[in-house]
Amino acid sequence: MGMHKFSRRRFLQISAATFGAAAAASRIPSNWAWASGTADARGVVTIPTFCEMCFWRCGGIGYVRDGKLWKFEGNPKDPLSHGRLCPRGTGAVGAHNDPDRLRAPLIRTGARGKEQWKTATYDEALSVIAAKLGDIKAQHGPESLAVFNHGYGQRFFQHVLKSWGAINFAGPSFAQCRGPRDIGFSLTYGAGVGAPEPTDIANTDCLVLIGSHLGENMHNTQVQEFAQAIERRIPIIVVDPRFSVAASKAKYWLPIKPGTDIALLLAWMNVLVTEDRYDREFVAKYGMGFDRFEAEIAQYTPEWAAKLTDIDAATIRATAREFSARRPATLIHPGRRVNWYGDDTQRSRAIALLTALLGSWGRKGGYYLSVNTRVAPYPLPAYPKRQRPLADNPDGSRYPFADEPVTTGLRDATLTGKPYPIKGWFVYSTNLLYALPNREETLKAIGTLDLLVVVDTMPSEIAGYADVVLPEAMFLERYDELLAGWGRRGWVSLRQPVVPPPHGLLPGWKIAKDLAGKLGIGECMPFDDIKDYLRHRVEKSNLSWDTLEREGVIVGEATPIVVEDGLELSFDTPSGKVEFWSKQLADHGFDPVPKFTPPAAAPDGHFRLITGRAPMHTFSRTQNNPLLHDLMKTNEVWVNADTAARLGFANGQYVKLKNQDGVVSNRVRVKATQRIRPDTVYMVYGFGHTSRKQTLAFERGADAAQLLTKYQTDPLMGGTSLHSNFVTLVKEA
Amino acid sequence: MPRFGMVIDTRKCVGCMDCVVACKTENDVPDGYCRDWIVSELRGGFPTLTLEIRSERCNHCDNPPCVSCCPTGASHVEDFGRTVQVTANKCIGCKACITACPYGARYVHPEGYVDKCTFCMHRVKEGLDPACVSVCPTHCMYFGDLDDPGSRVNELLRTRRWHTLLPEAGTRPRIYYLT
Repeated sequence: MGMHKFSRRRFLQISAATFGAAAAASRIPSNWAWASGTADARGVVTIPTFCEMCFWRCGGIGYVRDGKLWKFEGNPKDPLSHGRLCPRGTGAVGAHNDPDRLRAPLIRTGARGKEQWKTATYDEALSVIAAKLGDIKAQHGPESLAVFNHGYGQRFFQHVLKSWGAINFAGPSFAQCRGPRDIGFSLTYGAGVGAPEPTDIANTDCLVLIGSHLGENMHNTQVQEFAQAIERRIPIIVVDPRFSVAASKAKYWLPIKPGTDIALLLAWMNVLVTEDRYDREFVAKYGMGFDRFEAEIAQYTPEWAAKLTDIDAATIRATAREFSARRPATLIHPGRRVNWYGDDTQRSRAIALLTALLGSWGRKGGYYLSVNTRVAPYPLPAYPKRQRPLADNPDGSRYPFADEPVTTGLRDATLTGKPYPIKGWFVYSTNLLYALPNREETLKAIGTLDLLVVVDTMPSEIAGYADVVLPEAMFLERYDELLAGWGRRGWVSLRQPVVPPPHGLLPGWKIAKDLAGKLGIGECMPFDDIKDYLRHRVEKSNLSWDTLEREGVIVGEATPIVVEDGLELSFDTPSGKVEFWSKQLADHGFDPVPKFTPPAAAPDGHFRLITGRAPMHTFSRTQNNPLLHDLMKTNEVWVNADTAARLGFANGQYVKLKNQDGVVSNRVRVKATQRIRPDTVYMVYGFGHTSRKQTLAFERGADAAQLLTKYQTDPLMGGTSLHSNFVTLVKEA
Repeated sequence: MPRFGMVIDTRKCVGCMDCVVACKTENDVPDGYCRDWIVSELRGGFPTLTLEIRSERCNHCDNPPCVSCCPTGASHVEDFGRTVQVTANKCIGCKACITACPYGARYVHPEGYVDKCTFCMHRVKEGLDPACVSVCPTHCMYFGDLDDPGSRVNELLRTRRWHTLLPEAGTRPRIYYLT
C-alpha cells in the first residue's frame, strides 16, 4: 500500500529548537485583573499576544487605553511580524468592536436555516449539545460526529471531542487550500512545504511566482521579504492571467492561459535539461529516476507549450535562462491556495521537480528547512482507541496520497452514509458554506444531520443553519493553546487576553472544558485555569513563564537551515532520494512524471472565473469588521477593458454573474481593466454575504463560492478545484 | 527647526492599506472616514502595463492654500516641523479649506470640524514615526527632516527618481514618491 510507504512526517524536522537562558526581569504590576501587562506613564497598558486575523499567527502587542482596546501593533521580537502587522492584524480592533458579533448562545427554534432562535446560557446550550451527542453516540457511535475546524482556537475542542471518541476531523486548509502543494512536494522530497512556507525570499536572487499574488495575498513575513526583494532589484517573474500587484513589480509578467501552468512548467524543465542548465551535482547526488524523467521531458519544447499557454517560446526560454542563471538562489514559489483545476498535486510536483533541477531545495535563496519547536506536553488522559476507519477516505481507499482528512470526503460520507452514517457536525470557526465547493451539496448534507453545532465569533452563514450556536470570545480576549512555531528558528508564542470579552462571552478553552463536563469526561481537561496548563508546558520546557507573558514570544537559537550553513539533506521518500520518476505514483496508476491535460474549454460566450485574495480581508471572515469594511467594502468583477467595451459594459456598472449551471450571483460592479486576459474574469472571494446579521457585509458584492457549482477532485489527495467554473455577465437593471 | 516630509517608495508599496487602518486606530478616525488612502495609477494596455501604487494624505505643503484661505486661523502651520494642522475648536466648518486643497486631504469630522493627517505629531514629538510609516509591512515609507541634508529622506531624494503630486498647483507639497 502506498499509504504505508508514504511519508507521514509532513515537515522535515531538523532539530528541536534550543532556547537561551531567559533573562530575569521584574514585571510592572497591573491593577487590571484580567491579564498582566506593562503600563506606561499615561496608563496605556500593553500586552503581547499573537494574531488570529488570518492563519499566519504574527506576534502583536495590544494597547489598552482607558480600559478600552486602542490599537494592535506588531511585536518587534516576533519572527513572523518583525514588529509590523498586516492591515487585518492592525484592523483586529474592529473585530473586537464589531456590533454584529455573536453575543449569546443560540438554540434553534424554527426550521433549520430559517434563523429562528432562542438565546440561551452556555450551560443550556451545552446541555442540548451533550444530550444530542449522547444520542448520536448511542445510535451510531462517536465516529458519526464530524468535526470541521480552522484556526488556532480549535485545539481544546479537538481535544475534548477526541477524548469523547470522535475521530473525523477535517479543515478546509487541506483539500481547499494547501494540500495539493504539500502532497506534491512530499511525493518528491518526502516532506511537505508546510506553513509558514520556508521560502527564502529574503536571500533569493530570482523569484518566480505562479498565480501567487503576494502583496494582495498578505502573508505578512513573505510580503515583507517580497518588498526587500523588490528593493534589491532582483528579477521577479510572475505567471498569472491577471496583472497582479506582484506582476506590476516583475521583470517578466507571463499572462498565461488559465489552467495551462503544468505545460509551462514542463517546458521550463525541458529548457533546463536540453540546454544543460540544471544542477547536475544535485541530481547526481540526490536524484532518483532522472533518466526516465529526462526522456519524458524531452518532448515538452517551448514551442509545444507556447500553443497551449499563450506564452511565446522565446519568453519561455528567456525566463528559464533568467532563473537558472541564478540557481541555486532561485525560488520557484510553491503558492498556498493552490487547488485550481483538480490536477494541482501534479502541478505542485512539477514545481518541486523544477526546484530540484535548480538545486534550490535546502539552499540559501531557495527553500530552507524549517526548524521545529518542541514544547513539553501537559499530562492528559489518552484518547480512546480508534475502532473504525476515518470516514472521509477509509484507509486511503479514495485518495491514496491524502495525509490529512478531506472535508469534502466527510461531506460525501454524510450524504451517502458510507462507510458509516455521519449524523453530527461540529463546526469550529470555518464558514463551510463559503469554504467548500458546491453549496447545494453542503446544504443537502446538513439536511441529513441530527446535530449541527457552530462555534464562531460572528454570525457566519453556516451559523445560520446550526441547531446550536456557541459564540466565542475573539482572540484578543482569550488565552489559547501555546504556539510552537517553526521557521528559520523555532519559537514559542503566547496568546493572552488584552481586553475582557464583552457580553459575558467565553473563550474556547472554557467552552470546551464545560462541554467535557456535560459529556461526563471532565477528567480530560484536568485544570481549572488554562494559565496552569500553559504555565506547566512552558516551565516543563525550561522556559520562563514571566518572560513569555511579558514579551509574548521566546525565540530559539539558530541552527543550520540550508546547506550553506552545514545542513545535511536527507529525503523521507521510499527511495530516500528526490524522486524525479515516482514509483509510488506509478504503482497507483498515476503519472510518475507530471503530464499536461488541457482543462475543459469555456462554453461559447463564457469567461473562466478565477478568484484570489485581497490584503485587507481573510476568507469570508472579515468583511463585516468595521475597520476593514472601510478599506474594502465590496469586491468587483475584473473584466478586460476591451472585452467589456465590446460587450457594452462600462467601468463601474453593476452586473450579475451567471455560471454554466445557471446560478446567478448578487450584483457586483464591473472593473473594466487592462489588467486581465480577455478570456478570464476575476473576483476576490469572501464577499456577497447572505447573513443579514452581518449588517455591513450583507449583499455587498458577489459571492464567488456560490458560483462554484462545478468542481474537479484531485484523485491523488482529494483537493477540490476553485477555477473550474465559467460565467457570463448579465446586465443589471 | 525641522521641516518634516515623507518619502514613499511606490516600487515597494503593495497597496495593502495597512497605513490607512493604522491611522484610523492610532488617531480614532471615525468609521467611514480616513486621513490617508491608496491610489493606483495604471498605464499602458494589455499586456504592456505599469502600475504605480501610492499611499496619499495631506502633503503638509510649504505653500498651503488651506491655511491662506482659512478665515479663523484654525488651519495653520505649526512652528515645530512646519506641519499643517487644524485647531478643532477654532474651526467653524466652513469648508473653504476643503475646496482649496487640491489633494482632497480633508474631511468634515462628524463632530463638525475639519480633520486630516497630522503627520502624527503626537508620536513624532516622542521620537516615533507616524503610525502609517511605523506599521507598513513593506517599509515603503520614510519620514524625516527635509532640511537635514544627512536625513534618510534626503538621501533617498538624492539617489532615486521621484515626483510629487500636482506640482503645477504651486503648493510645494512635502510628500515625495519614489518611482
